[in-house]
Amino acid sequence: MKRSGVLLLFPLAVLLSGCDFVVLAPAGDVAVQQRDLLVISTLLMLLIIVPVMALTVFFAWRYRQSSTKAPYTPDWDHSTKLELVIWAAPLLIIICLGALTWLGTHLLDPYRRIDRIEAGQPVTQGHKPLRVEVVALDWKWLFIYPDYGIASVNELAAPVNQPIDFRITSSTVMNSFYVPALAGQIYAMPGMETKLHAVINRPGTYTGFSANYSGAGFSGMRFAFHGLSDQAFGEWVTQSKSAQATLSRETYLALERPSENEPVRHYASVDPDLYGAILNLCVERGKMCMNEMMSIDAKGGLGLAGVRNTLPLQYDKLARRGAVFGNDPSYVASICTAEEAAAAARAARNDDDSGWPLRDLSPLRGVGLLAPGAGSRRADAGAPSLGLLRFDL
Amino acid sequence: MALTTITADAEPVFHLEEEHAHAEGGSTMLGFWLYLMSDCLIFAMLFAAFGVLGGNYAAGPAPKDLFDLGLVAVNTTMLLLSSITYGFAMLTMDKGRVGATQGWLAVTMLFGLAFLSIELYEFAHMIREGATPQRSAFLSSFFTLVGTHGLHVTFGIVWMVTLMVQVARYGLIKANRRRLMCLSMFWHFLDVVWIGVFTFVYLMGMLR
Amino acid sequence: MPETLTKFIFGRLTWESLPLHEPIVVGTFIVVALGGLALLGAVTYFKLWGYLWREWFTSVDHKKIGIMYMVLGLVMLLRGFSDAIMMRLQQAIAFNGSEGYLNAHHYDQIFTAHGVIMIFFVAMPFVTGLMNFVVPLQIGARDVSFPFLNNFSFWMTVGGAILVMASLFVGEFARTGWLAYPPLSGINYSPDVGVDYYIWALQVAGVGTTLSGINLICTIIKMRAPGMTMMRMPVFTWTSLCTNVLIVASFPVLTAVLTLLALDRYVGTNFFTNDFGGNPMMYVNLIWIWGHPEVYILILPLFGVFSEVTSTFSGKRLFGYTSMVYATVVITILSYLVWLHHFFTMGSGASVNSFFGITTMIISIPTGAKIFNWLFTMYRGRIRFELPMMWTVAFMLTFVVGGMTGVLLAVPPADFVLHNSLFLIAHFHNVIIGGVLFGLFAGIAYWWPKAFGFKLDPFWGKVSFWCWVLGFWFAFMPLYILGLMGVTRRMRVFDDPSLQIWFVIAGFGAALIACGIAAFLVQIFVSIRKRAELVDVTGDPWGGRTLEWSTSSPPPAYNFAFTPVIRDNDAWWDMKKAGYRRPLSGFRPIHMPSNTGTGVILAALSVALGFGLIWYMWWLAALSFVCLIATAIGHTFNYHRDFDIPAAEVAQTEEARTKLLAAQGASA
Repeated sequence: MKRSGVLLLFPLAVLLSGCDFVVLAPAGDVAVQQRDLLVISTLLMLLIIVPVMALTVFFAWRYRQSSTKAPYTPDWDHSTKLELVIWAAPLLIIICLGALTWLGTHLLDPYRRIDRIEAGQPVTQGHKPLRVEVVALDWKWLFIYPDYGIASVNELAAPVNQPIDFRITSSTVMNSFYVPALAGQIYAMPGMETKLHAVINRPGTYTGFSANYSGAGFSGMRFAFHGLSDQAFGEWVTQSKSAQATLSRETYLALERPSENEPVRHYASVDPDLYGAILNLCVERGKMCMNEMMSIDAKGGLGLAGVRNTLPLQYDKLARRGAVFGNDPSYVASICTAEEAAAAARAARNDDDSGWPLRDLSPLRGVGLLAPGAGSRRADAGAPSLGLLRFDL
Repeated sequence: MALTTITADAEPVFHLEEEHAHAEGGSTMLGFWLYLMSDCLIFAMLFAAFGVLGGNYAAGPAPKDLFDLGLVAVNTTMLLLSSITYGFAMLTMDKGRVGATQGWLAVTMLFGLAFLSIELYEFAHMIREGATPQRSAFLSSFFTLVGTHGLHVTFGIVWMVTLMVQVARYGLIKANRRRLMCLSMFWHFLDVVWIGVFTFVYLMGMLR
Repeated sequence: MPETLTKFIFGRLTWESLPLHEPIVVGTFIVVALGGLALLGAVTYFKLWGYLWREWFTSVDHKKIGIMYMVLGLVMLLRGFSDAIMMRLQQAIAFNGSEGYLNAHHYDQIFTAHGVIMIFFVAMPFVTGLMNFVVPLQIGARDVSFPFLNNFSFWMTVGGAILVMASLFVGEFARTGWLAYPPLSGINYSPDVGVDYYIWALQVAGVGTTLSGINLICTIIKMRAPGMTMMRMPVFTWTSLCTNVLIVASFPVLTAVLTLLALDRYVGTNFFTNDFGGNPMMYVNLIWIWGHPEVYILILPLFGVFSEVTSTFSGKRLFGYTSMVYATVVITILSYLVWLHHFFTMGSGASVNSFFGITTMIISIPTGAKIFNWLFTMYRGRIRFELPMMWTVAFMLTFVVGGMTGVLLAVPPADFVLHNSLFLIAHFHNVIIGGVLFGLFAGIAYWWPKAFGFKLDPFWGKVSFWCWVLGFWFAFMPLYILGLMGVTRRMRVFDDPSLQIWFVIAGFGAALIACGIAAFLVQIFVSIRKRAELVDVTGDPWGGRTLEWSTSSPPPAYNFAFTPVIRDNDAWWDMKKAGYRRPLSGFRPIHMPSNTGTGVILAALSVALGFGLIWYMWWLAALSFVCLIATAIGHTFNYHRDFDIPAAEVAQTEEARTKLLAAQGASA
């Protein structure tokens, strides 16, 4: 019986050995830590799941009707001790798991800068992060490298063991940016920016894709992620710089139109204000940027005069139609030029970037948590958070 | 549990000899109350939407540019008065006075219609100025929240007319009293919702 | 001029809207049409229209409405499962540059329709049907609080199902995924009728669901037999109460959020648009505030079923009744505090994510307690492995795995790597099939004899059982594995050939499940043929413990000739032990509600209204809306909605049963 069971498992083992369990064997440190959490949580839960399954089978067999030797107590329906155990056992496991979750969630918060390259190798001042701006388009990915002034479509490259700061947005609908070998995913949403901090530890070519359904071309929204040595990355950058095409607002508007299964493309130079314009949904000239609109709104809008400040949509990537009882498709007209808006956006972004070099690199700490040994709250702890934790780690 | 062992002394009673009459419509008040709570959730969602989007003017007009608090105050008074007069209708109903009940219902309805007319005037005025529901998320959520309340009032008035016909035809029979009771709960509920609208949308909007 | 007229009459419905160029759809249509015609022909030939209309369609009897809900669920299960098979086939062959056999336009509709149908038109009708049939019987009531409303709710659910089915042949269904996230579902990116079908089908069905929730809460609160305190209610009634509380407290949210989406699409408002200050992520939050409680709406009643079944077939009182009740209530409350775990990856920040992750985990504590309670009910019992009990044991073994992966997904960093992956798909099918569906099959096998007076055939039941259980493991374990390989959901084509084998295995599992469904249908057919052999005249074939087993099978229209008095939470068990004897005389007239066709008419008008709105046929929408209001008002002018069953008729019915029981006693 036992042997035949092993034999039955054999084909399964063969099947499994042929697979690439990228989630369980990733190549980036963040994904490795996420994997560890996954495995530890599973083991913790197996502590209770396995006994329950075993008991189910055992009780079902032991107390079957034909087994007349087994005791039968038809009116026994309560035992305080047992009740205590059946509530306490899951509770204890959840307490452990909850603590693990709280720590892990803060530690692996994608918005938090990573503090180690891999186990035992903390991030130092020498590790200047590679900045990548990611745009999910219909249905392809655009990657902009502001540090190098280059861009690529459906191909992402990064040097190994160097922190990568992703800033992610989308041009039309929601997508999710996911490179399983590198780190967990995060949504790409139009008019909004999400961040992801990660590092790749082993050179190689990995798969990245959109993990959130976004329409007809969704299946083809895949890209190669190259983890390269510093030298190879340098070559990759040079190669990109020698590409013919450049990415300006106009070429972006052409690129942005829906298309499926796009080949890899490189752009030798990129309009430095392009990403900001994409994020603020104002690549088209004359359209009011989101940040401009939000600062106007924060001051109370433009009043009744602003009511007619809309223009019919001329350019339209989707040949969209307005709602049947609504207006024709239109947009809010900008009250400053695209250049002014871009300058304002740049100024805003520069403030944001002043955080580098890192303020504090001590490990095991997350947003809203105190640094080890820190007697006072963090400078940015005033930011909204649940603030439930008040202990030193 | 408590009764695991049965005492054998007396013959146990297994069923009622007499019909266990659930009073007709005995669950109606509870049921209607539950309906109101579910409706309340719909309003809660619209309030939440207004809470999230209420500041998104899309570089267009803000509450200050649009609302006329004086008009809204008159409007609120109409609705509050209609609640009071509905209360009088219920009091006269308890005394069984058909004519007076009908009279108070008619007054309530007039107040309700006045409320609706003022609201429609306000909407028409805003739309004429260009502040349409399409102009900004703030206006979308404003028109939807206030408009949904207005639709409820409209529905309440249709219901009231129906009930007045039924009372005229069949008198203040038990079923009609129950229905008037339900409409009363509905009407006061709308009043409460309006107080929320008046506070959160209009008053706090002006303070933004 | 004629063109404007056509446009006025037909809105945006044109010949091109009919998928005449799609061989698959045309084929399906021909099969469905032929089948439908055969059915209609048979009903006409056997002159059943009058019978159906009088005895079923217009019936306000909670038992008949319950059965009609089950039939609706079964029919829609066939549709939803066809979608599943098509997806499995597509994913099993779309490798190595092959596009498979479905283009994106089709495939995207299919997975959307599969999700929508399975949740709203399979699981919901099944669950509602079960509650409708069982709850009044379990609490010793003659009907629900609002019998007409019950009939109306049922037909509204049917109305929603009709709209979804219509989308298959007239126009198209949504291509957005089952929750239709904007901006993808907005008018800019989905300008066609698909999302409108989605919105109006759910709105029509949602009205029915909310009203039926209110109805059952009132029934349970107000209509219990004397002596049945809250803590003496059967566990199924408790879980039904919690489920209906959840329905009433969550479906309005769905109604509101879909209304806002509809306004965006029809009026051009800016709730969920990218421009003009709209906020698409608000939709995601709002829809999950409904969506998460919905999960518990589905599973809680089945927890009740398992409690009833375990205790009946173990021949034992349920272990830990009180903690079972509290666990249910705790789950009910907590289910509102976890919605954000469906989108940890939105970037809400670590503190928010861990709060929702931990509340999610906390739900597993009462759920775990429930599992232990069933386990210790089996402990020192005399377990009879009839079909319902087999499903229950299969559930316990399957569900804990799903529970475990669920808690895993509640750990935000783990969710970052598994969100939207096939691991997630495997997880929720694990709990929905392993929990809801297994529970429904247990419940159907358990209460079938109560509904029809004969048991289900055990042989075909076992065939169905093993096909389902094995099919489930074959179909979804590969998806767990694929999820760990980083394969995401809703993919139409794949480029990594090493994945194919797993999709083939999953496809095999789906085929096994298909056999399970076929065997279930055969089981029903065979059981009806062999009903004389399988007959049960006692009304209590399993040695039941709760009140529904004290009356005849099928129960008379009035359920109980006399309202029972309850002294224990296993009321019928207690009555049997205390030497209960059926009363044979002293019958009195029984007050019952009359049948009415208004529910059918109102629902039909709602479908017309929805259809008009979907296709921009404004005249149809306006006309049906006016008729709807007029019919509803007209209905209120009918003050005579009930009648008395004369005492003589009650006596006659009870006399017939006495004779049957005597004949049974003589032969035994």
